[in-house]
Amino acid sequence: MSLAVSITDLTKTYASGHVALKPVTLDIAKGEIFALLGPNGAGKTTLISIVCGLVTPSGGKVTVEGHDIARQYRAARTAIGLVPQELHTDSFETVLATVSFSRGLFGKPRNPALIEQLLRDLSLWDKRDAKIQELSGGMKRRVMIAKALSHEPQILFLDEPTAGVDVELRRDMWALVRRLRDTGVTIVLTTHYIEEAEEMADRVGIISKGELILVEDKAALMTKLGRKTLTLSLAEPLGDIPAALAAWPLTLHDDGHALQYEFDATADHNDVSALLRALDAAGIGFKDLNTAQSSLEDIFVSLVHDRKDAA
Amino acid sequence: MTRFNAQGVWAIYTFELARFRRTLLTGLLTPVITTSLYFVVFGSAIGSRMTEVGGVPYGAFIIPGLIMLSMFTESIFNASFGIYMPKWSGTIYELLSAPISSTETVLAYVGAAATKSTLLGLVILATSTLFVRIEIAHPVAMLAFMLLIAVTFSLFGFIIGIWAKSFEQLQIIPLLVVTPMTFLGGAFYSIDMLPPAWRTVTLFNPVIYLISGFRWTFFGTADVGFAVSLAATIGFAALCLVVIAWMFRTGYRLKS
Repeated sequence: MSLAVSITDLTKTYASGHVALKPVTLDIAKGEIFALLGPNGAGKTTLISIVCGLVTPSGGKVTVEGHDIARQYRAARTAIGLVPQELHTDSFETVLATVSFSRGLFGKPRNPALIEQLLRDLSLWDKRDAKIQELSGGMKRRVMIAKALSHEPQILFLDEPTAGVDVELRRDMWALVRRLRDTGVTIVLTTHYIEEAEEMADRVGIISKGELILVEDKAALMTKLGRKTLTLSLAEPLGDIPAALAAWPLTLHDDGHALQYEFDATADHNDVSALLRALDAAGIGFKDLNTAQSSLEDIFVSLVHDRKDAA
Repeated sequence: MTRFNAQGVWAIYTFELARFRRTLLTGLLTPVITTSLYFVVFGSAIGSRMTEVGGVPYGAFIIPGLIMLSMFTESIFNASFGIYMPKWSGTIYELLSAPISSTETVLAYVGAAATKSTLLGLVILATSTLFVRIEIAHPVAMLAFMLLIAVTFSLFGFIIGIWAKSFEQLQIIPLLVVTPMTFLGGAFYSIDMLPPAWRTVTLFNPVIYLISGFRWTFFGTADVGFAVSLAATIGFAALCLVVIAWMFRTGYRLKS
C-alpha cells in the first residue's frame, strides 16, 4: 500500500500537562478520503496540527508522502494543503493577492491560469479584487480552501470543514472534495458528525480522549454505529416477554412498563413494522413509542468498553 | 529537497511591503512632520542659543540622532508588527505549515522591515536638508551603518513581535525603553556636555555607541571610536540572532 501519511506512536502532552494524544498509530493511503471522527477535545485538531507543522509532537514519527515531517519538512509540507477550523484571514488583502501569496509561500512559481481556475471552481473569481474583510463567512472559508489548494498539494487537510457552513457551500465543498479525489489527491477531514463521515469518507478513524479507538471502512462502521433503540411505553405492565414475541431480541424495563427493541436502522428492511403487528396480534397495547439513536458519545463509551473487554 | 525557498521569501517580503504601501501616506508623512518639528524646536529654538557642538553647527549635529531615533522606533515597530499581526489574526498557521525555514522567515520579515526603515531614514535625511546644509564625510559608511542599524533593530523588533501577547506589549519596549535610551543616548547633545559622573553613567547606555558611530559617518568626529560603535552594533545584532534562533528552535510563543 502506497502511503500518503504514516503516523507511528505519535504522542502530545501540552505544557499545561494536558495529554492530547496517547500513542497514536495510523496509516492513510494515497487517494483515499479519510475522516477522523470524534467529539470536541478528542485530539483531532492536535493530530492534524502536528502533521501540518503547527504543533511540535512530544514523541513518535510522522511521514508525509514518505518524507519525515521533522527532517524533511520542506518536502513533507510542500505536499500538504491545510484548511484550519477557524476563519483566519488577512482582512486588508484582496482575494487574488492572498491566494497568490499562498502559492509563493509554498515555493511554487507564479501560475495565474491555475489560480484563476481555482477561484472559478470556488465561485470566487467575481470577488477576486474584493478585500477579504468585505466577504461573508462562507466566502472567507472558500478563500481559505483556495489558499490551501493554491500550491497543488497531494494531501488536503480539512479541519471541521462544515462547522458553521451553509448548505450551498457544504454541497460545493463535497463536490470539490470528490473532484480532487478523482485527480488523486488524498483528503483527510475531521468532524464530529457521524453523518458527515458517512457521506464523504472511504475510511473512518474514531478518536476519543487522545486515543484512536478504531479505524474501519465506512461501510463496516456504519453497521456498528447505525443501531437504534425503539422504546414502547406499555398500556399494561408485562411480567415477562410473551412467547409470541420470542423472535425479536426484546428487553423489559421500568418494572415491565417499557419494552425495548434494538435494531439496525441502516439495514434495507428491518422488523419494526412486523414487531408492531405482532404486538397488536398478542393484544399488547402501548401508549407511546419513540426511537433513539445512540449519541456519538454513547458509541465512544461502548467502543472503549468493548476494547477493554477484549483486552 | 533542501533548496532555498526564494519564492516564499519573496512572497512574504512583497506582502510586507504592500502593507507599507497601504499606509504610505501616514508612514512617511508622520516622520517628515516629526522631523520638521524637532528642527523647529531643537534646531531653531535651542540651536540659536547654542551654535556649535565640537565644531559642528547644532542644527546639523542633531541630524544623525534624529535619523537614529526614528529608525530605531520604526524598525522595531515594522518588524514586530509584521510578525505579531499573523499571530494575532491567526494567519500564522499558514507560515508554520509552509515549507519555509526559520532563516528564510527571518530574512523575509526583517528584510522588509529594514527596507522600510532605511527608506524612512533617507526621507528624514532629505527632509533635514531643507533646514540645514550638511556635508556627509563618509557617505558609503553612512549608508552601510544605516542599513546595519535598520537590520539590527528589525531583528530586535522581530523578537518583540514574537514575545508580545497583546498590542500593549508590542508598544511597551519601544516606548518605555528605546525612546528614553535614545534621548539619553546623546541624540541631541554630546556626552562631553555632561558632568563627569553622568558621562560615566551614559557610557553604559548602548545607544550612545550607535548614535556616536552614525554621527562619525557624518562629521568624522564622535564621542566614542567608530570601531567601538560598529562592534557594539554587530554585537547587538548577533545577540538578537541568538535569541531568534532559540525562539524558533523551542517554538517559543509560536508553536505549542
